[in-house]
Amino acid sequence: MTSVIIASSLILTVAVLVLLFRIQTLVSVLKGSHDTVGTSNKVNGALMIIVPLALLLAVVWYHPYAAKEYHLPVASMHGVWTDNLFWTTLGIVVAMFLITNIALFYCAFAYQYDPNRKASYYHDNPKVEIAWTIAPAIIMTVLVIMGYLVWHDTVEAPYDKDAEVIEIMGKQFAWQVRYPGKDGALGKYDFRLIDDAKGNEFGINFEDNNANDDFLARELRIPKGKPVRLKIRARDVLHSVYMPHFRVKMDAVPGMPTEFVFTPTKTTEEMRTETGNAKFNYELACTEICGKGHFAMKYIIIVEEQEDYKKWYASQKTFLEEKPEFKGKGMNSLKKKNLANQEKEQKEKASKQQASL
Amino acid sequence: MAEHAHAHAEVHGHDHDHHHDHDHHDQSFISKYIFSEDHKVIAKQFLIMGLIWAFIGGAMSVIFRLQLGFPDMNLEFLRPILGTWINETGKLGQEQYLALVTMHGTIMVFFVLTAGLSGTFSNFLIPLQVGAPDMASGFLNMLSFWFFFLASVIMFASLFLETGPASGGWVVYPPLSALPQAMSGSGLGMTYWLLAMAIFIASSLLGSINYITTVINMRTKGLSFNRLPLTIWAFFLTAIIGVLSFPVLFAAALLLIFDRSMGTSFYLDQIYIGGEALHNQGGSAILYQHLFWFLGHPEVYIVLLPALGITSEIIATNSRKPIFGYHAMIGSMIGIGFLSFIVWAHHMFMTGMNPFLGTVFMLLTLIIAVPSAVKAFNYIATLWQGNIIFTPAMLFSIGLVSVFISGGVTGIILGNNALDIQLHDTYFVVAHFHIVMGSASFFGFVAGVYHWFPKMFGRMMDAKLGYIHFWITFIGIYCVFFPMHYTGIAGFPRRYYSFTGFDTFNKFADLNMFISGAAIVTFFAQGLFAFNFVYSIFRGRLAPENPWNSTTLEWTTPRIPGHGNWPHGQIPHVHRWAYDYSKPNAEKDGFGDFIPQHIPLSETPHSNTEHDNEVAHKSGTHKTHHS
Repeated sequence: MTSVIIASSLILTVAVLVLLFRIQTLVSVLKGSHDTVGTSNKVNGALMIIVPLALLLAVVWYHPYAAKEYHLPVASMHGVWTDNLFWTTLGIVVAMFLITNIALFYCAFAYQYDPNRKASYYHDNPKVEIAWTIAPAIIMTVLVIMGYLVWHDTVEAPYDKDAEVIEIMGKQFAWQVRYPGKDGALGKYDFRLIDDAKGNEFGINFEDNNANDDFLARELRIPKGKPVRLKIRARDVLHSVYMPHFRVKMDAVPGMPTEFVFTPTKTTEEMRTETGNAKFNYELACTEICGKGHFAMKYIIIVEEQEDYKKWYASQKTFLEEKPEFKGKGMNSLKKKNLANQEKEQKEKASKQQASL
Repeated sequence: MAEHAHAHAEVHGHDHDHHHDHDHHDQSFISKYIFSEDHKVIAKQFLIMGLIWAFIGGAMSVIFRLQLGFPDMNLEFLRPILGTWINETGKLGQEQYLALVTMHGTIMVFFVLTAGLSGTFSNFLIPLQVGAPDMASGFLNMLSFWFFFLASVIMFASLFLETGPASGGWVVYPPLSALPQAMSGSGLGMTYWLLAMAIFIASSLLGSINYITTVINMRTKGLSFNRLPLTIWAFFLTAIIGVLSFPVLFAAALLLIFDRSMGTSFYLDQIYIGGEALHNQGGSAILYQHLFWFLGHPEVYIVLLPALGITSEIIATNSRKPIFGYHAMIGSMIGIGFLSFIVWAHHMFMTGMNPFLGTVFMLLTLIIAVPSAVKAFNYIATLWQGNIIFTPAMLFSIGLVSVFISGGVTGIILGNNALDIQLHDTYFVVAHFHIVMGSASFFGFVAGVYHWFPKMFGRMMDAKLGYIHFWITFIGIYCVFFPMHYTGIAGFPRRYYSFTGFDTFNKFADLNMFISGAAIVTFFAQGLFAFNFVYSIFRGRLAPENPWNSTTLEWTTPRIPGHGNWPHGQIPHVHRWAYDYSKPNAEKDGFGDFIPQHIPLSETPHSNTEHDNEVAHKSGTHKTHHS
């Protein structure tokens, strides 16, 4: 019943508005006010100043509230560089935004229609045009150079060979982390060895001796002040490793391992003090759409002092200690198994054919 | 000379309203309004189809904004429309959320801002402004619309599939989009999506080839490229970009179709999903992204350039002033068009692509800022010392320049690969492209409708409603997209159903609510436009032939141009550029503040500049040589 009343009152309101509109149009037709350049032009001209100004004031008013929220504390070495670059660039960009928008709305307001004035037939000025082509070109050159330097140091520069190697793998809809163990080398893997039912979710190849001391962890634990080489892969669809506080992002691609090297600078404890939030935790999120649970691929990152990290590292049980049945199993044993299956099938086929003959 | 005089009389005489009636061929309803080969009817078909899609796409964004702004809201009241997309708890389903996001993007980018915008205005304006009776091939043009219609039907039908429409984001990256096991939207919905897009690409190509041919071959006498209105330049370059880039998307889609249904492995490698390892090996998921963005980035300019062209025309007309830097405008459009082909990988900085490649693409990307800045400056310089009449079209054009700048400057940040590490796939990107590409193109679209409505339907749209529509939309657009920069800087990722699962993103709930509120208001304000549009088609005030006192050729046609555009095939010749507004001494020649393009220089001895006289002299000697 209520919905009928709401619907009919809506329809009535619309009908009344339409009628009012029709009457207004007819009146203006009768008045013969054909020229559009009248009061409304002045009103629109005034709004050209009032509206942008009001929007600007709204931003100025809101900004302090937002500033409390949007600033993510930074916890990596290159993060400081990219943050600096970001705020510098943003400063330049905001200046450009303000100057051009002010010029635009000022001109719109100042040169609104005036029956006593004629627009100037002014359509070219090579000097001015060259100037305002070169000016942005110079600004862009500076930004490109600044960007290149940061990019080079962050992503392109050669890294410490003794960086901490850790593998992270995305799947629908969770992250998993593997450490290389005492030998510092991750064992080989193959997607055909993945067996969720038995527990080899990484597809680790245990014919490779490097795999023997590999271990898995429930969270991404990393040492403070030491470069971390994150080896990134995905096993089903695209994912993307995103660690907002570390300014780290890199896609995880099935079939194409990627990596990102970064140096954490603050432990979780330090960050808890800095933010005044005793429950603070670094978080890792997925930023490449991967399906239904995309928004829920959270993983906890723990940054520790190096000694604590070493202690934790040494105390971890290896994969094979947890699941000894995988020992020595890898591609060769898979191949054998598959070949045996194939032979069996062929034999069965042959015997069936003979029987039918 | 006799021809000139005649054309002149046609325009200034008042007794020719009856002419066009004779030009109507006897056509059945079907060949006149449905399978029409008349560019004006096809333009209107594109326009109405585009507007329908715009409302569908907009409504989708309102629904997913409800989820983002009011996560606890009971959406049971949407069940009559959405059915099982609302789950038992009265919430929008998680996959359905992604489906809405995906379809919103696909619809807006391709169906509204490519087909709706280019299809409408390229079709309507190219023959009218270059002085041609119709497109080079009316038949191909008709096919272009009906291919679009077919694509639309398939895309629309995909919304009603049990497994839902495509849901992997409008970019439909494989392997997600290639594997039905990965999400239900990657099943039949994705097949429909690919089929619809393949047909859409055919439509776009048929249209573009026609636009290019018409502009090159069918310009009226005297209309050199140097005198083309900037609208035509924009449509022309857009069509060239489309012809060069859409086939690459077709290739990408085709390979994806192969991977999906024929067991190939172009994009698939080493995948374990649904408890089994797939046989696919040796493909590259990144290959798809290269192919997709080879169209995807030019696509940004395919939707933007027509809007900029429309704006150039409207700003010059309503400032009563020539466009500032006509040649710089053309040069910057060519520059943007060229550069648009070599910046695609800035969408892929974080895909694990070679870091050196990232540097190259950053450099090329930031270069685009230069021609874009030149365009913005030229618009402002055109307003400067003008005598501005704020028609609704003019308001939207000024609004376009504002959002073009506001969204453009953040591109400088995102184009920088070092900054993209943090900002890639966050709301900062969402804010950036919705302002610079979405809003700017949408403003251009609406501005074009307000401006050329009189020539399309022979009636005027109501200006006051237009003003209200503009101001609500302008404020609304900024209220929706500006705050997204804040959530972007805070690191909020795109395409998230909810943010409460993360402590890092468990904030800005009030801001998200504000954004959603603003989006709802802005969406419903478009009802004003819809009403104004429909009402004015039937009941609007009769339009004069040249309501805006504009110089270009379309305004020399009758109130409702018939088949062939100019009565008796009397196509006017062109003697000057399109921007002789407020020319000094024009009144001595008997003109007001504008001299239309078809007026010979010999009729305007007082207002001719030295340059004009040189041109007149040259063409004069040219003539004597031949006779």
